[in-house]
Amino acid sequence: MADHRPLLRVRALAKRFGDNQVLRGIDLDVARGERVAVLGASGSGKSTLLRCLNFMEIPDAGTLELDGVALGRAGAGGAREYREAELVPVRQRVGMVFQQFNLFPHMTALGNVMEGPRVVRRMPEAEARGRALAELARVGLAEKADAYPAHLSGGQKQRVAIARALAMDPEVLLFDEPTSSLDPELVGEVLGTIQSLAREGRTMLLVTHELGFAYHVATRVLFLADGRILEQGTPDEVLKAPREQRTRAFIARHQEFRL
Amino acid sequence: MYRWDFGPVLANADLLAAGLLNTLRVTGTALVVGVALGLALALLRLSRRRLASWPSGFVIEVFRTTPPLVQLFWFYFALPLVAGIEMTPFMAAATTFSIQSAAFFAEVFRAGIASVERGQGEAARAIGMTRPQALRRVVLPQAVKRMIPAFMERAIELMKTTTLVATISYADLLYAANEISQRSFRPLESFTVAALAYFVVIFAASQAARRVERRLAASGDSTVR
Amino acid sequence: MGHRWDFASVLDNHEALLAGAAGTLRLFAICLALGLALGLAVGLARSARSAWIRLPAGAFVEFFRNTPVLVQILWFYFALPILLPFEVDKLAAAALGISLNSAAFAGEIFRGGIQSIEPGQWEGARAIGMTQAQAMRRVILPQAVRRMLPALTNRAIEVFKMTTLASAIAYVELLQQGRLIASLNFNPIEAYTAIAILFFCCLWPLVRLTYFLERRLARSD
Repeated sequence: MADHRPLLRVRALAKRFGDNQVLRGIDLDVARGERVAVLGASGSGKSTLLRCLNFMEIPDAGTLELDGVALGRAGAGGAREYREAELVPVRQRVGMVFQQFNLFPHMTALGNVMEGPRVVRRMPEAEARGRALAELARVGLAEKADAYPAHLSGGQKQRVAIARALAMDPEVLLFDEPTSSLDPELVGEVLGTIQSLAREGRTMLLVTHELGFAYHVATRVLFLADGRILEQGTPDEVLKAPREQRTRAFIARHQEFRL
Repeated sequence: MYRWDFGPVLANADLLAAGLLNTLRVTGTALVVGVALGLALALLRLSRRRLASWPSGFVIEVFRTTPPLVQLFWFYFALPLVAGIEMTPFMAAATTFSIQSAAFFAEVFRAGIASVERGQGEAARAIGMTRPQALRRVVLPQAVKRMIPAFMERAIELMKTTTLVATISYADLLYAANEISQRSFRPLESFTVAALAYFVVIFAASQAARRVERRLAASGDSTVR
Repeated sequence: MGHRWDFASVLDNHEALLAGAAGTLRLFAICLALGLALGLAVGLARSARSAWIRLPAGAFVEFFRNTPVLVQILWFYFALPILLPFEVDKLAAAALGISLNSAAFAGEIFRGGIQSIEPGQWEGARAIGMTQAQAMRRVILPQAVRRMLPALTNRAIEVFKMTTLASAIAYVELLQQGRLIASLNFNPIEAYTAIAILFFCCLWPLVRLTYFLERRLARSD
């Protein structure tokens, strides 16, 4: 059931790295409960778009509204200025799961998941532990609570990473190619976890090459090219009957996608 | 407000220059002897004969695990009585720092030889060279090249360590500065000039060393420290 | 080699040696603690984004790494009191000279250690809403310290050796006591040999510890 006001509203988002203009004006609305798959060739800007949404990258231009509140302040020359102190709470509300997991190797799985609630939200130890165990159970890894990341498989590491993001109770979850670093036989367990989160109605944006998964999980699909949204629509529209030539070429290249 | 007066210091600039020259004399001697001795120690240490590797190992460990100043005092005050020989401050300093540098270089040589021997040395012996031949013609030339950065690093370290000779009244730069300070009653100016002089010389040396290192790295040689 | 070794003359002065040992350990502890604490601050400053913090820290490191410690000790003991309205005592002068030098080297070790932690760790920490300070304290430093242990114990060994330089201003530490014993008993051979053995015994365990830490680090990487 979508809300009237979009949870996330992006207007004219632009980002440049040196001479390379990666994002050339993205307009995007994401309603509560939507699952948006972001597709595109490498260099299309899809990861950069995601990373701008939780300010891992600071946009050069454009505006971002989270739940109706515009982030940053209008600065000189029309560019927006962002203060780190303002961005930190945003990252508590917009969680991210990385391609390389980025688990903390010196903490156990439980330690990793507890870290956010305890240190960032300043929860008391026992409460944070309880929360963390619940999230680990949700991703099916309660029995691995005391294991260190070095002793976990890739799929398990990513699921712990998902639990870590969930422990912060985010309003939006960003997945940046969550299965691209995994051996093929481990991909399924992670996709299964993401699938169950989708069933709970979580708002998420997913950058992925797993087109079959995107087709089944997403409510909307975006195809990015050259830093712009070339095409968007329902999974049926974009993946089965793409309008643009480049979209068709992209889908054709991913032969493993069979409907 | 204190009134600075560099006059007495500048008037004795010749003393300082002579001191600097003496510092370089000790450093240079210790480096040259240290490299040769270090190589010998390393080869002895790598020898399969215990009679060779144990004593050299002992020397290396002792000189790396005791403070340089203690070694210097021992060579200046104790050795002459034990061995019945005369030791000038320069001789004591040169001996101490040569053996100390040798101990340091020995470890660097050992690591360098070991790392080159693994690949290149095996290849050399595979085409029929004996170990000494392989060592001489293939391993050492490459090991030596890899050690240039460590050598330069040690040279710079040595320039700092040789200030210790001032404590046995050898007329190096620091000793000269102390003399001037005591004669002119201007310790602030004397020691400040000494510190700056050391800084300029050593900083220049370390910048030069860094440039050489960069050029070596660019030419594709890995370095051993 | 006709000398008859007689260590009794040294052992008779065991009280003096103990006083020296106490002085050495006191100086060592102060310089190690100061050197590490200041070194951490310098290392963090060297990695800072603001040039106002980074460049002065860089100048500090370059200056104190490229000047001999003995010069600094003498400067603090003889030169500094001229600028200050009070005396600088021997312990303070020696501690200042050795600590600042250590801090410069430790600073580079800390900087290297912090920068060796992969950027993904920073990202993981920031993504759950940590501030820079929290990320540094909870995620980066704990991992960096483990890698820096061999280099830091090496520094500790160097600091221990440097305490002998304090004898140049007659601070009561082991070498200074050795000199005293040698000049009073005319037995420099036994005195200095004894001092050398004492230092060797103190430092040898630390050296073995460094080897052990280096091997452990090489294995876990």
